[in-house]
Amino acid sequence: MFGVDALTLLSAGALAFALLTYVMLDGTDLGVGMLMGINRRPEQRQVMLLSILPIWDANETWLVLGGGGLLALFPLAYAILLPALYVPFLLMFMALLVRAVGIEFREHLPRKGMGDALLLGGSLLATLCQGVALGTLLQGVPHKAGQYNGNGWEWLGSFPLLCGLALVAGYLWLGACWLYWRSEGDLHQRSRRQARYLSLLALSLLAAVLICTLGVDQRYWQRLSEPWIAGPSLASVTLLLLGYQLAWRSRWHCLPLLMALGVVAVAFALMLLALFPLIIPPDLSLAQAASSPTSQTFMLVGFAIIAPITLAYNTLGFRVFAGKIRAPDARSE
Amino acid sequence: MFEAADAGAALLAARAQFAITISFHIVLAAFSIGLAQWLLVLEALWLWRRNQHCLDLYRYWLKIFALTVAVGTASGLVMEYQFGLNWSVLSVKAGEVIGPLMFYEVMVAFFLEAGFLGVMLFGLNKVGPRLHFLATCAVALGSLVSAFWIISANSWMHTPAGYSLAGDGRFLAEDWWAIVFNPSFPYRLTHMLLAAMLGTATMLAGAAGWHLLRQPGNPRARLQYSMALWAIALLAPVQIIAGDLHGQHTLQVQPIKVAAIEGSWTRPPAGAGEPLRLFAVPDMAEQRNHFEVAIPRLGSLYLTHDLSGTISALDEFPRADLPPVAIVFYAFRVMVGLGVLMAALGLASLLLRWRGRLWHARWLQCASVALAPAGFVAMLSGWIVTEVGRQPFTVYGLLRTADSLSPVAAPKVIWATLAILLVYTLVFGLGLWLLLRLLGKPPGPDERSPAPALSEET
Repeated sequence: MFGVDALTLLSAGALAFALLTYVMLDGTDLGVGMLMGINRRPEQRQVMLLSILPIWDANETWLVLGGGGLLALFPLAYAILLPALYVPFLLMFMALLVRAVGIEFREHLPRKGMGDALLLGGSLLATLCQGVALGTLLQGVPHKAGQYNGNGWEWLGSFPLLCGLALVAGYLWLGACWLYWRSEGDLHQRSRRQARYLSLLALSLLAAVLICTLGVDQRYWQRLSEPWIAGPSLASVTLLLLGYQLAWRSRWHCLPLLMALGVVAVAFALMLLALFPLIIPPDLSLAQAASSPTSQTFMLVGFAIIAPITLAYNTLGFRVFAGKIRAPDARSE
Repeated sequence: MFEAADAGAALLAARAQFAITISFHIVLAAFSIGLAQWLLVLEALWLWRRNQHCLDLYRYWLKIFALTVAVGTASGLVMEYQFGLNWSVLSVKAGEVIGPLMFYEVMVAFFLEAGFLGVMLFGLNKVGPRLHFLATCAVALGSLVSAFWIISANSWMHTPAGYSLAGDGRFLAEDWWAIVFNPSFPYRLTHMLLAAMLGTATMLAGAAGWHLLRQPGNPRARLQYSMALWAIALLAPVQIIAGDLHGQHTLQVQPIKVAAIEGSWTRPPAGAGEPLRLFAVPDMAEQRNHFEVAIPRLGSLYLTHDLSGTISALDEFPRADLPPVAIVFYAFRVMVGLGVLMAALGLASLLLRWRGRLWHARWLQCASVALAPAGFVAMLSGWIVTEVGRQPFTVYGLLRTADSLSPVAAPKVIWATLAILLVYTLVFGLGLWLLLRLLGKPPGPDERSPAPALSEET
């Protein structure tokens, strides 16, 4: 299909799976980190932190997998993309490092507010950089003879920044839905209200990104307007949003989050469909960037065996800490 | 696109950036590996003997483990992308070979570690002791397996094997078994894992020594002190043997590195043997040493295991292939010097134990405190020896460092490197301060787990 062999297609699928899992999992806890900005009461912040404390590390590991996977499966894409995104990527790494410090050191810091500020700032900057990186990829990266040859500032345009803002809104939305699920009492109610506003914000920004994306490259418009893509995606988004509205009445408090994650997954799928068969627009295809069949086979066999096991014990890790988190009483502090 | 002088500055800044990010990360990673095994032993002893002191120590060190391991994930994330940010030509050429090894590190090891970390840190009261012990085992195993894969990738770049060269200079994987178990891999893995354990053991002995100086009767500090000193007494001699074997192998595959370690510019006359240079100031420009202090023939003893053998000297190789000799020369002496001190500490503890004076010898407690960082300083020095010693190549003998660089303008690389240095200094400085503050308080009875609110709520 489109000149891409089955093996490369599988490799692309594995990588896309890792990235989407990262966006859905870590996106949610980055959103919780950013929500520290609008939920200021210490006991609420404590609950927010506790809800992500045991799992954020495993969530972030999917991004580590993305790095190793891109280098191994599509070395040419890795080598072109990272120099092009030198500044946003390094900012993102520093932000994630600071965020890790905010989460893990918080308990021992003389002032908890310091940890919260690091978590908030780190989450915001990291999310912004991730959105900018996706935007830069979509608008195309200049390269020649297998190496990046732009000026290094393509990411500082209006389209990548719009994508950054959209991702911030999207992660905030996920974060609010997560807190609605995992908290009770006042924070639960607040998160419900916040999720409503944030869903409107996120959806309008995502729509703006979609419209701008269609203008970035003629081929995106051609691809996404094909009926076999436009039809099902419109239908699924409509259904998901309908479900999202109804979900607030359900006694399953995880439903709004699941619906929101569904919307994010559809948006992600649309992005990949628009790009296919390219890995880096305007002209680097998956097939050109792929590593040799020996390397791909070596990894895909491992991925097929290990990924299900990984998902199984990660689910176990989630389940151990599932359920509502109560605000700790004053005595335990 | 960018000029020659610019390229020189970018190269230096990119190398500095890698050196900074890997140095901070490797100490954290090694400490995590060592602590994970230590916690595993403690929990096993607790389950087996129901010794409450073990559980108290477990909880005490779990808080410290939480500090190191999570920040280790974030600093490890940076490493996963360093190759693309600054070494994009290396990534294109060698990505198909080293990329899969890094991919497997994440798949097999990091997920195992991170997936069970939450349960290990916060779940003791939630899942019960058996499942919790399983989580501790998974984290400990994950940390060892991650060392396996990343050392394999590193070793392959020192002793590439199992590959073929494509027309455009890319390395293509041919034989994965030969790639993973490349010639220097067993030596490096053994040496590094022992270094991680030994570094952790000196930290544990130092912390316990500090507490015993203040509370001589604290049973938890005594237990930790005794276990750590056993580990040092057993591991330090093994490490010296492993190091010697690694050195013998390096002499075969990277003779230039060994010549730089020895500071040997010219080969001694036949039969004279290699001297052991205790001190010298190697001079790259004049290709000789200043202020040399050496013991004749002793070098031959550990290099060729006799008194008259000689090795290839630096002047027998092309000048363009020489590493920065002085750094390699000094770093090696720091590593070996500290190694000998640690072995002496272990030996002294055995003698005192034999004479039943282990708890009364305050001087040994002071020595343990002084040597607390010795293991990790020695480990870092060892990495400097091996990584600076393989310059000017990234893939040894095949791809030069200068030809591996990304096309990023020099000012950007320099500013990024400075910014990283600043952030790392602040983050690790804060971490070290918290670590010392936690370690300043001796382990007491009924230690709490990290984030008690999380583990106690139902």
